[in-house]
Amino acid sequence: MGEFRMPALGADMEQGKLIEWLVKPGDYVHRGDMVAVIDTDKADIDVESFEEGVVAELLVEVGTTVPVGGVLARITQTPAAGVAPAGRTAPVPVPVPAPVPVPAAATSGSVSPPVRRLAHSLGIDTGDLHGTGRNGAVTRADVEAAARASAPAPAPEKPDADRVRSSPRARRVAGELGVDLAAVSGTGLKGAITETDVRRSASAEVGTSAVAGTSAEAEPAAVTEPPVTEPPVTKPPVTEPAAEPPIPAPADRAESLRRAIGTLMTRSKREIPHYYLSTTLDLGAALAWMAEVNQARPISARLVPAALLLKAAALAAKEVPEVNGFFTDETFRPSRAVHLGVAVALRRGGLVAPAIHDADTLPVEVLMDQLRDLVGRARAGRLQRAEMADPTITVTNLGDLGVESVFGVIYPPQVALVGLGRVLEQPFARNGLIGVRPAVTATLSADHRVSDGLRGGRFLARMEELLQKPEEL
Amino acid sequence: MKTTYRDATRAAIRDAMQRDDRVFLMGEDVGSYGGCYAVSLGLLEEFGPERIRDTPLSESGFVGAGIGAALGGMRPIVEIMTVNFSLLALDQIMNNAATLSHMSGGQFNVPLVIRMTTGAGRQLAAQHSHSLEGWYAHIPGLRILTPATIADARGMLWTALQNPDPVLIFEHGSLYNQAGDLPDDAGAVDIDTALIRREGADVSLITYGGTLGLVLEAAERLAEDGIDAEVLDLRTLRPLDDAAILATVAKTHRAVIVDEGWRSGSLSAEISARITEHAFYDLDAPVGRVCSAEVPVPYARHLEQAALPSVDRVVAAAREAVGTHG
Repeated sequence: MGEFRMPALGADMEQGKLIEWLVKPGDYVHRGDMVAVIDTDKADIDVESFEEGVVAELLVEVGTTVPVGGVLARITQTPAAGVAPAGRTAPVPVPVPAPVPVPAAATSGSVSPPVRRLAHSLGIDTGDLHGTGRNGAVTRADVEAAARASAPAPAPEKPDADRVRSSPRARRVAGELGVDLAAVSGTGLKGAITETDVRRSASAEVGTSAVAGTSAEAEPAAVTEPPVTEPPVTKPPVTEPAAEPPIPAPADRAESLRRAIGTLMTRSKREIPHYYLSTTLDLGAALAWMAEVNQARPISARLVPAALLLKAAALAAKEVPEVNGFFTDETFRPSRAVHLGVAVALRRGGLVAPAIHDADTLPVEVLMDQLRDLVGRARAGRLQRAEMADPTITVTNLGDLGVESVFGVIYPPQVALVGLGRVLEQPFARNGLIGVRPAVTATLSADHRVSDGLRGGRFLARMEELLQKPEEL
Repeated sequence: MKTTYRDATRAAIRDAMQRDDRVFLMGEDVGSYGGCYAVSLGLLEEFGPERIRDTPLSESGFVGAGIGAALGGMRPIVEIMTVNFSLLALDQIMNNAATLSHMSGGQFNVPLVIRMTTGAGRQLAAQHSHSLEGWYAHIPGLRILTPATIADARGMLWTALQNPDPVLIFEHGSLYNQAGDLPDDAGAVDIDTALIRREGADVSLITYGGTLGLVLEAAERLAEDGIDAEVLDLRTLRPLDDAAILATVAKTHRAVIVDEGWRSGSLSAEISARITEHAFYDLDAPVGRVCSAEVPVPYARHLEQAALPSVDRVVAAAREAVGTHG
């Protein structure tokens, strides 16, 4: 018997409010499947299961606030008697008519990723659904109702459809690049996907998906009949009482976020002996290279200086481990991976700093796409658990606001914060001559319990060096 | 210096006998006849019958005598006419030469070198043509060398004689007439590492001994089609240079093993297994193999050629690995 507990979605989180169940009793969940949406003080966050098994019981009603660690649901390893696994059973194979491409229509209400995935697997176009959830959001129940209404059964998958013929090398590269093998066509032996196919697919995706979602979503869903436009409204198994709005009003939430930030920053300034370094980075080479690269890109896929600066910061953090990791229980634990927290100001006030995972390994253009995606979702209030909990070092960029330099406060339990100001043309003296160069002031706030100015200075010096060879970033 | 594989092999024996008076050569017809493949021609006249010794047709007997001599402090070079005949001495090689160091707790080493001819291609039929070095490479306690070049023919013997344990040197019969340049100061070479004989990026062709030449030719053919093949010469079959094998696979992500032995239970199978064990996630195609047909090597020329690895078969296997079928 496994338990699904209220996760800690950040060092400062003490409790969270359950605002949506994405599963119901009898559902089979894999590790990593999204099971619930939790409202923290900062955002609504999709939370995944760390257990695999059948959901036996949902213990908490939607709208309930639960302390971190509190049990929300029970998950059994095998289906309990009388609880038939649902949702994952293979549909009865029926002959499939030619697939009807369904254009991805813009939806009025939002659709959470797990519900989108369910809809995709059932061949339902969420654009045609009338959402019954909060703010017109399409819920799991809406999708299931539509699926029932659009019987006969949706297109069955071939029995071996989930087994993609691909070389081990191709699978490893696909994992590294985040390419879905199902969307790649193979040119190798007997149609096997090779490394070349994966890389070709990856470069095509980067070129076209600046605004689109994953390739799976972009594919037209195959359906036997158009889904009904007005599904019968059925209540989800666990519903909140309609009379009690579970979500704090925006003003409440802003206040609560302000309080959370205050608590955390107080703790940071009380516990962490900060030291501060500042240097001016010459961006001449980096911006010239960026301008050249951008000429070949559609506007939606163009790079911005922040992407180069973030990549340089991530690489420098990888090389100076004393600024990358967590200080907990009086011990510093350096992190091998660089999960770069990016401070995002929220429109309603306050900020969050979700992570771009493994930022040091991402090509700049991929990092750019992830940055766009992350900022968009942070402002929409939909972040995932790992993005909130994982940052190993944070970057704050106040250049957009015209600030020239920022000396930030470290976000515990991290040990360093990088501040970036505005990119300014500045007079630069070099080799006895004065010229005008674009430059930015980069600062480092670091934890003196872990590092000294020598190592901190090394970090900033590496950023500078890396930015002189932007094509290698 | 222009020379041949045969002359380089002879030069290696002469050099060893001059440098160390514990070294002597014995085997069938190595003396008066000058060796079945004329490797020892002239050595009897130069060194006399004490050190160039003709033996009766009794492989078990004279290999056993060699083991005894090695135990007694000599550095014998025993020549066996072909690998097929070595099976008569397999009991001595495996049960005595390979085991004594282990069974005596390291008290008795057997610093014996056994040279023998291996391989097909000269219409000598099934009892003189097989490639059984892969079998010997199965046996702990032995070191197995397969010189494929004139430099290795010249240089491996001395290093082998310095080895405290038995070393078997397999000379492919088709190589003796191979001519080429050898530096005047050519001497001992290492017997531990595999060597890249041709650099390439697209596919690794892994081979040794008698098939190195045709593999290099296949690599040139592939280059005409734009396939850049790397050729790895194993040189030593036991112990295998795993690092070199894995490095080339990590570089090209595709491997074809060319081995004149039979495929089943072979050295090529062992190499393939090591690649999948240690470099699975580097592989972009299944490991390919080009081996001899699973028949006793035929006598008729066209049948013999059809049974053996060929340039065409290596090229086809490499193309399949790279994924072009033109």
